[in-house]
Amino acid sequence: MNISNSSFRANSPTVDQVGVVERAKRFQTRSIKKAAKMAGLKMVLNMIDLTTLEGMDTEGKVKQLCYKARHLHDAVPDLPTVAAVCVYPPFVGLAKSEVADSGIKVASVATAFPSGNSSLEIKLDDVKMAVDQGADEIDMVISRGRFHKGDYGFVHDEIASVKEACGAARLKVILETGELGTLDKVRLASDIAILAGADFIKTSTGKIKPAATLPVTLVMLEAIRDHYFNTGVMVGMKPAGGISKAKLALHYLIMVKETLGEQWLTNQWFRFGASSLANDVLMQIVKQQTGAYQSADYFSLD
Amino acid sequence: MAKTNGAAKNGRIEVHKTYKVFIGGKFPRTESGRYYSPQPAGQSLGNICLCSRKDVRNSVVAARAAQSSWAARTAYNRGQILYRIAEMMEGRSEQFVAELQTQGMTAAAAKKEVVQSIDRMIYYAGWCDKYQQIFSAVNPVASSHFNFSVLEPTGVVFVVANEESPLLGLASLIAPIIAGGNSCVVLASESKPLSAITLSEVLATSDVPGGVVNILTGLKSELHEHFSSHMDVNAIAFDCNDQKMLVAVREFAVENVKRVKHYSQDWTDDESQNPYLIQDFCEIKTTWHPIEQISASGSGY
Amino acid sequence: MNESTATWELEPAPESTAHVQLEKSYGNFINGKFVESAGGSKFSSTNPANDKVIAEITESTEADVDKAVKAARAAYDKTWSKMEAKKRGKYIYRIARLLQERAREFSVIETMDGGKPIRESRDVDIPLAAGHFFYYAGWADKLSYAFPNRNPKSLGVAGQVIPWNFPLLMAAWKIAPALATGNTVVLKPAETTSLTALKLAEVIQQAELPPGVVNIVTGHGEVGAAIVNHKNIDKVAFTGSTNVGKIIQKAISGTKKRCTLELGGKAANIIFEDATIDQAVEGIINGIYFNQGHVCCAGSRLFVQESVHDEVIRKLKHRMKSLIVGDPLDKNTDIGAINSKEQLKTINKYIEIGKQEGADFYQPECSVPSKGNWCPPTLFTNVAQSNRIAQEEIFGPVLAVQTFRTVSEVIKKANNTPYGLSAGVWTDKGSKIFNMTSQMRAGVIWANTYNKFDPASPFGGYKESGFGREGGLHGLAAYLDV
Repeated sequence: MNISNSSFRANSPTVDQVGVVERAKRFQTRSIKKAAKMAGLKMVLNMIDLTTLEGMDTEGKVKQLCYKARHLHDAVPDLPTVAAVCVYPPFVGLAKSEVADSGIKVASVATAFPSGNSSLEIKLDDVKMAVDQGADEIDMVISRGRFHKGDYGFVHDEIASVKEACGAARLKVILETGELGTLDKVRLASDIAILAGADFIKTSTGKIKPAATLPVTLVMLEAIRDHYFNTGVMVGMKPAGGISKAKLALHYLIMVKETLGEQWLTNQWFRFGASSLANDVLMQIVKQQTGAYQSADYFSLD
Repeated sequence: MAKTNGAAKNGRIEVHKTYKVFIGGKFPRTESGRYYSPQPAGQSLGNICLCSRKDVRNSVVAARAAQSSWAARTAYNRGQILYRIAEMMEGRSEQFVAELQTQGMTAAAAKKEVVQSIDRMIYYAGWCDKYQQIFSAVNPVASSHFNFSVLEPTGVVFVVANEESPLLGLASLIAPIIAGGNSCVVLASESKPLSAITLSEVLATSDVPGGVVNILTGLKSELHEHFSSHMDVNAIAFDCNDQKMLVAVREFAVENVKRVKHYSQDWTDDESQNPYLIQDFCEIKTTWHPIEQISASGSGY
Repeated sequence: MNESTATWELEPAPESTAHVQLEKSYGNFINGKFVESAGGSKFSSTNPANDKVIAEITESTEADVDKAVKAARAAYDKTWSKMEAKKRGKYIYRIARLLQERAREFSVIETMDGGKPIRESRDVDIPLAAGHFFYYAGWADKLSYAFPNRNPKSLGVAGQVIPWNFPLLMAAWKIAPALATGNTVVLKPAETTSLTALKLAEVIQQAELPPGVVNIVTGHGEVGAAIVNHKNIDKVAFTGSTNVGKIIQKAISGTKKRCTLELGGKAANIIFEDATIDQAVEGIINGIYFNQGHVCCAGSRLFVQESVHDEVIRKLKHRMKSLIVGDPLDKNTDIGAINSKEQLKTINKYIEIGKQEGADFYQPECSVPSKGNWCPPTLFTNVAQSNRIAQEEIFGPVLAVQTFRTVSEVIKKANNTPYGLSAGVWTDKGSKIFNMTSQMRAGVIWANTYNKFDPASPFGGYKESGFGREGGLHGLAAYLDV
């Protein structure tokens, strides 16, 4: 594909930050009660990419994470599992064998995560390492420096190359919105990623603040919706980082439902990148069942 | 420690209060560890913090950190908070009156000082969302531009409070300064510091964000060089008639072109309250923006 | 691929009414007391969402009005006009604080009585009403700064008649500036929505205002006429329809009464092709479906530049589908009940006219309760300027969409109306905004936003939308002799 840098910009609509923030706030006035709350909480659990992305990650830590993914809270029967575990490439093989036949996917960050500052060759090797070990999903980062320089063609082509290297694995493209500066740029980066073949677009690495927010996610959802309106092709969304409370997660679901529609409300099309969200959701589920407010001491930390 | 009347009343040992200063919403003692014991009515008030230049430095850091988010609050919200200060002062009015008497005021004068201070806070609470409408302008420039001027806070203001009117003098300057979106560091009345200390306890419980108002106790003679030469202080409200010190302050202020405002009015006069005190600590910002010229008749573009 | 296709619907989330204290029957509030009418009858105030009677309200007589005006006059002469301005301000601050303290109770009553969604009464009406009192309280002792080189004086007794679309908020818009400037008040709320005004009377008692400073008499249009025509009224302030406004203007034309009128509107909301479309769509929604479209400044005429028409309409219809119509007390309701059977009839009449005129009609599918007055959000596309639905004020959730090609064309069309209350402009280009704001003949222009209100911001119309301003510094002038 040969698209000039300026036409990337021309083809991407602008957004008004004040209006976006106002709209995002309105989702938070929705009140989610009783059966809707319970169904929503279970949906949230089932959409979580349980994540460990530390420099100090070890086999032990990854095993514990995988165990938690399979056994969220055994005291409550009929809980769904999380959608996936998300680890660095060296741990993909181990994670695959740990999650076994649970249906839980293994996602791996790649492409010189989190900065993305490396050569395309190394990035593709990184992807290959994860895919060869059986990663179901690849979470890549875009080259934000090149993006800010206006090299939109470069950013696009890089994503397209990674997509090719992914093979059957689904590709999540991390925009690192906290480094993009404006919602206009978030929209532009979303459009580029979608055009380049992203299966999911994702807000953040979790290493930069601000990470996911409702307004940023709304802008990305609008890009997804416009693409769907124009082509009929669905793209997934993954807000990551900064979502640790069940109530906020439910408001994300409301936003997805009202912006995209209910067909997006499955882990095929929507994920939360989070580590501490699961326990808060579990506490809310137990609260719904027992009527008593819960303490974190009774929910396993892995 | 605060002294009350004698050691024991009805056999009960009273609990005396240790006086502290107010920096960044917290109540530390001076970093210097020093104290002084003013005796405005012949009897010592207790061990008052004798603040050092490092306390000035810490306070300015706190004031700077708080200023932009304070200014970014809606004018309505600032008004509500100033009103809240008045409500909380009203609840403490007996304590204020008693302390003013301890510091040598007559009962009648003390009562008047407190009532006027509370009303002054309400007066400026009302101005928060109004002074822009008085002082701003849309300017009729002779080109196709929308041109308007608005007031913006100057930044961090250092206040040297009135010596003889320890509460009203304080309220009369703090209120307009923070109404306009500035933060401030206040050096309390040297000889009568108790009212300022109690006011800081009011401020801490009035939804005023930490650091917007900081209150120090100590000696002007020791500190004036440090606050007036501080490069991160933008303006000084100097309510003191020591002409020699005023000149010195003005000279030190030159280095970063501080705005120095000298006050010597009688704060008990209601004429002394007015929105021009808010304007004293504001800058004027003018914006130009083009106006497209395509009319309903379609001429020109 | 989709594991679950089950729908995820919200459960009812009704706001509790347990906290609300209402009498079964209300008299008038005259001279600081609730008093029964001498010779008047009672009528029922009903909940438009379920037709249940909430309370009995007084249909006042001319004698009641006379009593109220006398009380207001006495209060003006003896206390209020002579009181130190600072003290007046303090009383008004008390009203503001009491309203803040009792905000939830007022929100629930407003929603029960008028049908508006609790989300709006809780987040807009009541906080803004309190804000208005707070804002004008501060002006009481600062009037000389608002009118430099003048010595502004109060007028006397203000007769105020307000509509049913923002009952408490309109009462605040009228009472707060009148009191701050030293006038006393006789106010008549709309007959379908008197309850929050009567609750406000309670607050005024709690605030210990001198008796007679605020008097509230209830009833239908005749009561309003009796106030307007009372010889001892010095000032008339009216918000309502242009027809009634004209009757009032005529009725007082032979008197010295001062007058401000806030009347109807048919606002243009203009979407340029360079607008941020998604936010513009949200602005269209807020512009016309806020408060069931019972808004004099509603953006009821939508102008969309032709190049983006299809995109805007597609997104607008998509957004309309997510609007929840139903129980106003439900926290998730976006569009509540139409205020009265009469108003519903008017709206439905216009929907029929729109269909007959050949415009394309659209309503999203939505279920509404069996009892009560309901109208789903409604959209007409392919409308021409000469269609009645593009000319006449419908005062309901009905949007008429026209297209345009150039800036000149849209300015002409937008101004081509006897009304001039408000307008909206959506474009990412600043210079175009300022061009549009200078050329639109309307009292309030929203650029890249819509239906925003603030105590500090003047509101009022050009042309047949009335005269005088409410809110801000400019709102003081209506109650002062400068």
